[in-house]
Amino acid sequence: MAIKRIGTRTVKLENPPSILSTYTIVGPKEGEGPLREYFDEILEDDLWGQESWEKSESKIQEETIKSAIANAGLATKDIDYLLSGDLLNQIITSGYTARQISVPFFGLYGACSTMSQSLSLGSMLIDGGFADKVVCATSSHFSTAERQYRFPLEYGNQRSFSAQWTVTGAGATVLSSSGNGPYITYVTTGKIIDPGIKDVNNMGAAMAPAAMDTLINHFKDTGFSPSDYDLIITGDLGIVGKNIVLELMAKEGYDLKGIYTDCGVEIFNNIEQDTHSGGSGCGCAATVFNGYIYKEMLKGTLNRVLLMATGALHSPVITQQGESIPGIAHAVTIDVNKG
Amino acid sequence: MDNLNKKDYQKYAERKIPKPTYFKNIILAFIVGGLICVVGQIIRNTLFKYGLDEKAVAAGTSIILVFLGAFLTGIGVYDKIGKIGGAGAAVPITGFANSIVSPAMEFKREGFIFGVAAKMFSIAGPVLVYGVGSSIIVGILKLLLTKGR
Repeated sequence: MAIKRIGTRTVKLENPPSILSTYTIVGPKEGEGPLREYFDEILEDDLWGQESWEKSESKIQEETIKSAIANAGLATKDIDYLLSGDLLNQIITSGYTARQISVPFFGLYGACSTMSQSLSLGSMLIDGGFADKVVCATSSHFSTAERQYRFPLEYGNQRSFSAQWTVTGAGATVLSSSGNGPYITYVTTGKIIDPGIKDVNNMGAAMAPAAMDTLINHFKDTGFSPSDYDLIITGDLGIVGKNIVLELMAKEGYDLKGIYTDCGVEIFNNIEQDTHSGGSGCGCAATVFNGYIYKEMLKGTLNRVLLMATGALHSPVITQQGESIPGIAHAVTIDVNKG
Repeated sequence: MDNLNKKDYQKYAERKIPKPTYFKNIILAFIVGGLICVVGQIIRNTLFKYGLDEKAVAAGTSIILVFLGAFLTGIGVYDKIGKIGGAGAAVPITGFANSIVSPAMEFKREGFIFGVAAKMFSIAGPVLVYGVGSSIIVGILKLLLTKGR
C-alpha cells in the first residue's frame, strides 16, 4: 500500500532526505548576473578548453557533480545513484558525464524540469530505503541548446521579446538519508498540461498552466497555503510566465504576491543583459536552487521553499509538424526542519 | 487546470507578450539596409572607375559583398549587425552570405561532409529552392506570354 501518498499527487517523505551539499558552475553571462555571488564557480570561457560546446557542457556537469560529492566529504564510491538529465538529444551530456563518474546511473529527461524531477526521484529512493546517498544533477548550455533548438550562433537574427536565454551552467545536490538539513519533505509530481501554445518563443506561457496545476494540487494535497512558504519559485517561466502565474493564481484564490518568483527572472538582469523574458534551460533552476536558494536556507533567511522546475517537452521536429508544446512542473518542498 | 479553456488561454497569453517595437525596427532596418546598399554603390562606382563593363561590375559587386558578409560572419560581427538591422541586414546579399557561413561554422565540428557541407544550406536552402523555383515559373510564363512577339 502506498502509505506515504497524500491526496492525489503528493508524497510525504517519512524520513526526509537531507541535503548534504550542493555545487554550481555557471558561464560568464550568468556570472555577470544578479546572483553571481551565490555560484561556486564562474567560467571565463564557456568552451572551457574543450573542442565543442557539447563536450564543454559535459565537463561542466562532470566537474559540478564531482565537486558536490567532494563538498559533502564523500567519494564517488559512497554514492548509490546518480540521477541526471539535460536538454540534448539522447541526454548525451548526462550519459557522457556518467561515463566519467563510475556510479549507478539513471538518465532522466524532463527538459528544464529535470532539477526538481531528479530531487523528487532521489528523495523517494532514499525515503524508500533503496539508497543512502544520491546525487541529483542537471545542466544546460546556451550554445548547445541554440544549435539544437534554434539557429547557428553567428546567424544574424532578432529574438522575440517573449524568448528566453538558455542558462549555461550546472547544479548538483547530494542527498543523504542522514544529515542536518535542509530536508526534502514533500514531492508533488506534475502532469502534462498542454494549453495549445505553438510558439516556441513563448515557452513561459506554454508552461505556466502546468506550474499552476502542480501548485494548486500541492496546496490541496498538503493543506499548505502560500503563506506557509517563505519562497515559491518556478524554474524558467520568465517574465511572461511569471506574470501569468501571478494573475491566474489570484483568480483561483491564491495570492502569491511577494513570495513567488521564477528562477529565470532572478538569474539575469533582463534589461542590462538583454535576455528578454529571462533565463531558461535545465541549468536555470539547477544553479538558482543549488546556489541561491540552498545558501539562503543555510543562512536562515529562507526556511521553507517550494521549488517547482518547469519543462517544455517538445522538440523542433514535432513543433515543425504543427504540434503544440506540452508543459510539466514538478514540485519539491525543501524545509530546514524535518517537517 | 483540467478545465482550462485552451482558446481563451491562448488569446490571454497572446496579450501577455510584449509588443514588438515595429516602428523602431523599421527605421533601423532602413538605416542598416541602406548603409549596406551605400557600401555596394561605392564598390560599384569604384569598379566602373577601373574600367570594368556593366556585366563585370554587377558580378564583381556581388562577389565583394558576399565576401564582406562572410568575413564579418567569420569574425563574429554580422550577428550583431543582424540583431540591430533585422530584415535590413538579412535581405541584402551580405545577409545571404551570413545565412550560409554561420551554419557552416557552427557545424564544423561534425566534420566537413556531415557537418559543414550538409548543414551549410539549412537556412539558405529554402530561399534557394523557392527563389530558383519561382524564377523558372516566371521564366516559363514570360516565354508563353511573349511567344511570337
